[in-house]
Amino acid sequence: MSNTSIQAGQREYHPAHEPHPENGTSLGFWLYLMSDCLIFAALFATWGVLGRSYAGGPTGAELFSLELVAINTAFLLLSSLTFGLAMLQKQKKNVNGTLGWLAVTGLLGLAFVGVEVYEFMHIYHTGATIQTSAFLSSFFTLVGTHGLHVSFGLIWLVVLMVQIKQKGLIHANVRRLNCLSMFWHFLDVVWIGVFTFVYLMGVL
Amino acid sequence: MVTATLLMLVIIVPVILLTLLFAWKYRQSNNEAEYDPEWHHSTALELVIWSVPLIIIIALGTLTWITTHKLDPYRPLDRISETKPLDPNVKPLEVQVVAMDWKWMFIYPEQGIATVNELAAPVDRPILFKLTATNTMSAFYVPDLAGMIYAMPGMQTQLNAVINREGVFRGLNSHYSGAGFSGMTFKFHGLSNEGFDAWVQKAKDENTVLDRDSYLNLVKPSERHPVTRFSSVQEGLYDRVLNMCVEEGKMCMHHMMAIDAAGGAAYMKAAGLNLPDDVCSVENADQVVALMDQRALAQQ
Amino acid sequence: MSEPTTMPHDPLLGRITWDSIPMVHEPIVLWTFIAVVLGGLVMLAALTKFKLWGPLWRDWICSIDHKKIGIMYIILGIVMLLRGFADAVMMRIQQAMAFGDNLGYLPPHHYDQIFTAHGVIMIFFVAMPLVTGFMNYLIPLQIGARDVSFPFLNNFSFWMTTTGAILVMVSLFLGEFSTSGWLALSNLGNQNPGVGLDYYIWALQLSGVGTTLSGINLIVTIIKMRAPGMNLMKMPVFVWTSLCTNALIVASFPILTAALVLMSMDRYFGTNFFTNELGGNPMLYVNLIWIWGHPEVYILILPVFGIFSEIVATYSKKRLFGYTSMVYATVCITVLSWLVWLHHFFTMGSGAAVNTFFGITTMIISIPTGAKIFNWLFTMYKGRIEFKPPMLWTIGFMCTFAIGGMTGVLLAVPPADFVLHNSLFLIAHFHNVIIGGVVFGLLAGINYWFPKAFGYRLNEFWGKVSFWCWLVGFWVAFTPLYILGLMGVTRRANHFDDQSLQIWFVIAAVGVAIIAAGIGAFLLQLVVSYFQRDKLRDNNGDTWGSGRTLEWATSSPPPVYNFAKTPVVHDVDAWWDMKKHGYQRPTKGFEDLHMPSNTGAGFVISMIAMVLGFALIWHVWWLAIVSFIGVVVSSIIHTFNYNRDYYIPAAEVQATEDARTEQLARHV
Repeated sequence: MSNTSIQAGQREYHPAHEPHPENGTSLGFWLYLMSDCLIFAALFATWGVLGRSYAGGPTGAELFSLELVAINTAFLLLSSLTFGLAMLQKQKKNVNGTLGWLAVTGLLGLAFVGVEVYEFMHIYHTGATIQTSAFLSSFFTLVGTHGLHVSFGLIWLVVLMVQIKQKGLIHANVRRLNCLSMFWHFLDVVWIGVFTFVYLMGVL
Repeated sequence: MVTATLLMLVIIVPVILLTLLFAWKYRQSNNEAEYDPEWHHSTALELVIWSVPLIIIIALGTLTWITTHKLDPYRPLDRISETKPLDPNVKPLEVQVVAMDWKWMFIYPEQGIATVNELAAPVDRPILFKLTATNTMSAFYVPDLAGMIYAMPGMQTQLNAVINREGVFRGLNSHYSGAGFSGMTFKFHGLSNEGFDAWVQKAKDENTVLDRDSYLNLVKPSERHPVTRFSSVQEGLYDRVLNMCVEEGKMCMHHMMAIDAAGGAAYMKAAGLNLPDDVCSVENADQVVALMDQRALAQQ
Repeated sequence: MSEPTTMPHDPLLGRITWDSIPMVHEPIVLWTFIAVVLGGLVMLAALTKFKLWGPLWRDWICSIDHKKIGIMYIILGIVMLLRGFADAVMMRIQQAMAFGDNLGYLPPHHYDQIFTAHGVIMIFFVAMPLVTGFMNYLIPLQIGARDVSFPFLNNFSFWMTTTGAILVMVSLFLGEFSTSGWLALSNLGNQNPGVGLDYYIWALQLSGVGTTLSGINLIVTIIKMRAPGMNLMKMPVFVWTSLCTNALIVASFPILTAALVLMSMDRYFGTNFFTNELGGNPMLYVNLIWIWGHPEVYILILPVFGIFSEIVATYSKKRLFGYTSMVYATVCITVLSWLVWLHHFFTMGSGAAVNTFFGITTMIISIPTGAKIFNWLFTMYKGRIEFKPPMLWTIGFMCTFAIGGMTGVLLAVPPADFVLHNSLFLIAHFHNVIIGGVVFGLLAGINYWFPKAFGYRLNEFWGKVSFWCWLVGFWVAFTPLYILGLMGVTRRANHFDDQSLQIWFVIAAVGVAIIAAGIGAFLLQLVVSYFQRDKLRDNNGDTWGSGRTLEWATSSPPPVYNFAKTPVVHDVDAWWDMKKHGYQRPTKGFEDLHMPSNTGAGFVISMIAMVLGFALIWHVWWLAIVSFIGVVVSSIIHTFNYNRDYYIPAAEVQATEDARTEQLARHV
């Protein structure tokens, strides 16, 4: 260690008070979301490669019901809107308002999952199973993974609603709400991809 | 490869020498060496450090472009050897290769014979290998002949090569494919024209037929399979192997892909063919083939 | 296509039967099991005798302290190194023996498991944990923070990684391991209905969760928790390389996850992603797995580049040459690593244009890598170099890695690869860069930072012995493989016909014996140093005297809060700058310090996840459902715990700092 110190002005090596580092939860969750996005990207790539490999069997044109998909999409997009309304209520620190809109979001999400399950069962009963061809394997996996994400989001939603009811809109709960919000809208964006590349392009 | 190595040694050798030199010269006990603790930047040096490797890589990249195109396995040969030009009248010897568990099958369509675990070719005649596999990826490799190429089920790869000298050479699988991998070796014989004809005759003398049944027997997993020869090969067997429809009643992959390209089962229904959920049926296969041929004809 | 299994299925036990226990007919496994049981009993007895269960649970298993977690990762890595190396020894012996009629001492099925386990263990359970351990330990210290951004997640990540390692170890005694190589490429088609591949899949999926979360954690830490004044271009180079590494982790591991999920779906649900028929395409798997696989090797090497940067500056007593270009080179490498993956399968027949593109991009990566080597070289220039073991490792690395990189560029020329793909030349190349790069760097780093973590230096003599054995052993073991590869010998073979090759394999086996001596010397070094710890004590904190980065400002070991007062940074090499300007350590005026609390939740959730993995491997469906619900429920329960932090009272900080003041005064 040097004994001679350089006297060009005193350098402050410690702040007057301990600083509080910025909270990294939103950034961290965003990074997780991007990693999730990459999983979907791999599944979309798989769809891209295998999506026309019908193995001589049924195609999207025969199996997909665009009416059902339209209903589904409406439910999901609406649920994003209602989530936004919940966030506005959170902004106003209105616990009941937040919980109310979250509940509506949850119901819409549940409806989305319900319609999707119905669609899958219907396709399954025509004899087109996940084993029939690479096209069907990729279809069920891509769309199913999205549906699973929505389902986990719903579980998370219910848990968070309980936690907000118990503790109110404290910092920790607001952080969690921000994360769930990002998650929900992200799933919406992925659905737009699914809707376009799987259903529309599969049928047209 | 030698050029590439030498180009890189231009950098590697000085780096290693300098590392050892600096380590010795600037060791702590050497008080005569200059000590400059604050020297940590030199634009000139940075320029050299980034640009010299860049130049070498540009040279290597050019070399890569040229050689990769020239030595592309799919590219037909344009010379027999450094000294011998190609004779345009000589058709390449076609060998169909099937990588199995865990042996190699070679079919010679021109000669009408087939062998297991023994390959031969006449010297100075171009060979066109067409390769596929039965179960999982393998890689066909005869080090003395040419580079390697994967053999994959349901797909065909190609390799163009020529052997310029007589001899017995080693052949192997260079992509691990399961328990019998290490035993998946074979001999490749470079023979004179007479020697090759004699080798073909050896197979013709066997009086064994390679047809669907004997093929399906061969497909069963076995290791270090002894050299086997077949005097005749069923017509179209290799195509069936490639399209994974050797078994009775199985739809061939090229038909399946044609159906898919045309619009799948819906197209078939529209054309009046009711395909059951399980597309493996003999009558349907014939009708499908007929339909495909009709369509191809119509499109011409 | 229905579920491909030929094994019996019992509703209670799934696929588990008496035949699943290999040691019943395998002497090697039997003796290993006996040794493990005996060793385990000794350890349990020691823990009980010295009443260590409480501290083990409270201070280590439940710890969210990045320093303890870092140490645990490194311990995991070293333990798994011993198993992975045992596999290597077994392979070398087999290949030295099995010529002509001699089929060797290992049946092929076992040899194939051994080379698969060797690769999987070394990459996923030795190199990754060691690298993660270093990043965990050092990043908060080097950026002047108290811990990472998400301490609980850190603990959880460690335990998820460990569950993967445990599954791999269990496969030795129950069932078998995969035989498809470390990337399961030979499984494509319709292969391997046994449990081996499932062990592989679930070990990787579980530890993959840990790795990905750890990646996110460290990125946010670096972005958000740097000390005041430390802007990005004032961070230590190790932090830069870690930032790039973690970006690679977060971006690439999801692809591995997806590829393995698709493969599992083929196995569990009979889907057709990678099958030969019904539309499947095995080439898709090859592409996906290598799109992950290539960034993975950069994940392994970049932190090590950072370690060498720190070491060379400290022991040359000179500032790192070309800081800015080091940073740019690292970022270049990070970006370029995404553009090269096809060089792993030039021989799959993609055509000349595609092959050329990837060949050239692969070569381009050597430019920033070369720049880094030059920068280390010029850091040494006009320095005052001390040849402590870490510096020896560094010089050994610079010479060895350079050659390994060169053989890599050679392989990047597609026509060269057409004869060298999958040959022993390839094996020699990647061991050259992984051992010469990653392993040398990790051993250097251990020697360098061990005193910081444990308060006493490592015995230098055994450190040097270990270094020389590793360096010589590596070259003796792998030069024959370069030669064999050029002669056309392929990898993963358990038997050869050509007797004339045997001499090379015997030389390689001798090399492995020398490396074994190196590992032995390293272990001895740890033991001897422990017994000499009072003599080797680091009383100062700035162990080497010439430390440049902030971790050397703390005591050895650092207190749980790292820094009593958060430092303010003015320049690169913050600690060097402080020393130059006559910095005096604060001895009063401390505040209460905000710290995260320990928790057992990470351990619990991980262990339930491990049971889930095990159940899925053995098709014990009821257990799979129960443990899956268990994971979800225990995670939800954990979220109801809002009590995650506490404050260290200023008085306690004062007491700790006073003790350090006294220690410094006593050992001037």
